[in-house]
Amino acid sequence: MPERTPSQTVGPYLHIALTPTARGYAFREAFTHVVADAGMPGTHIRIEGRVVDGAGNVAPDAMVEIWQADHQGRYAHAADGRPLASNSFRGFGRCATGKDGAYRFDTVKPGTVPGPNGTTQAPHINVGVFARGILKRLFTRVYFAGDPANAKDPILALVPADRRDTLIAKPDAKNPGLYRFDIRLQGADETVFFDA
Amino acid sequence: MQDTYSRAGDAADPPYLYPDYVGTRTRSPKQPLVLIPQTLAELTGPVYGHSDLRPEEADLTRQHAGEPLGERIIVKGRVLDERGKPVPDTLIELWQCNAAGRYMHEIDQHPAPLDPNFSGAGRTVTDSDGNYQFTTIKPGAYPWGNHHNAWRPAHIHYSLFGPSFLTRLVTQMYFPGDPLFAFDPIFSSVTDAKARERMVCRFDMETTKPDWALGYIFDIVLRGLNATPTDPDHA
Repeated sequence: MPERTPSQTVGPYLHIALTPTARGYAFREAFTHVVADAGMPGTHIRIEGRVVDGAGNVAPDAMVEIWQADHQGRYAHAADGRPLASNSFRGFGRCATGKDGAYRFDTVKPGTVPGPNGTTQAPHINVGVFARGILKRLFTRVYFAGDPANAKDPILALVPADRRDTLIAKPDAKNPGLYRFDIRLQGADETVFFDA
Repeated sequence: MQDTYSRAGDAADPPYLYPDYVGTRTRSPKQPLVLIPQTLAELTGPVYGHSDLRPEEADLTRQHAGEPLGERIIVKGRVLDERGKPVPDTLIELWQCNAAGRYMHEIDQHPAPLDPNFSGAGRTVTDSDGNYQFTTIKPGAYPWGNHHNAWRPAHIHYSLFGPSFLTRLVTQMYFPGDPLFAFDPIFSSVTDAKARERMVCRFDMETTKPDWALGYIFDIVLRGLNATPTDPDHA
């Protein structure tokens, strides 16, 4: 059997191919930070945050990717197979961080999703973090503050209680629909990263 | 419950903290990863269609009015999973520096010339049998600030999706016999010598086109499914 090709860092120059338009490069962009356009059913939200390293510095050269279900908790993928409310919904977004380390996504809040052994997963978004100095994608999840389904989520239950808060996006009091989710790569309040 | 996707191949990957690669010192988690089951959220993943492609995106020598300087090369190969099955219809994104070792990127300001006819970005999708092909120019080596007199061996960055969230791979393809391998902490962060070899393409005379371009083969192996008790391959 063939053996796996190892992972390597994206390095600092990823923008020329992976997020060209956002940085002013000529190559045509395949993915953007917009996961759901205005016509998509569901509750429209923006998720914003910063990627911060172990020295407390923002990471201006990171890339964040998200993968999520639609507002009904359905994925645009054959392994799900349930019909989607919108054919335009792909469930995937990509955003490079700016000089301030910030990324953002415009999307809809996902619904609950089937979990293992008959459980139900709370609304969540899978997140991949790439950057210079990251040799293999870091995988985390965004959950939503105040969602009653969080209490029974089978994945959150596997996270030490004192670290769960790093996975919870917080609503911005001044801006309805805006959630904040910072990603701390290392150190105090380090974000929980998963191995699946 | 058995995982759908195998974890056995994870051993090939580099650790998050590899101190010789200075960037990992502040960007690697210190807490252990939390082991979780593979749910519908991980067994699904983004799909990208053939209809979204343009021919010049797989030929990095045809994206400008003139031709780029450097050694024209064809890189082709197959994308397979760990079970040996081809991975069809999957997006490959690619980026690289020019023949002089300079990226057309605002933060690359080292004293080597830009090439107005080379942007260094490409994409394609594998065919129904997992095959892909790019035409480009051979990238140069370039200096970087990791340590005194640090130079990256020539490489092309690859980004692939595969069929699920768990098959995502970002890697780098290197060229055979590069004298910089032993000095490069990114290449060396893959600690198993055989696994390092799987990041190196091979020269191929069959792929080489007379009077036109040298040919290289680079097969890529993505994470694959575990064998199941009912799998005919393992009956």
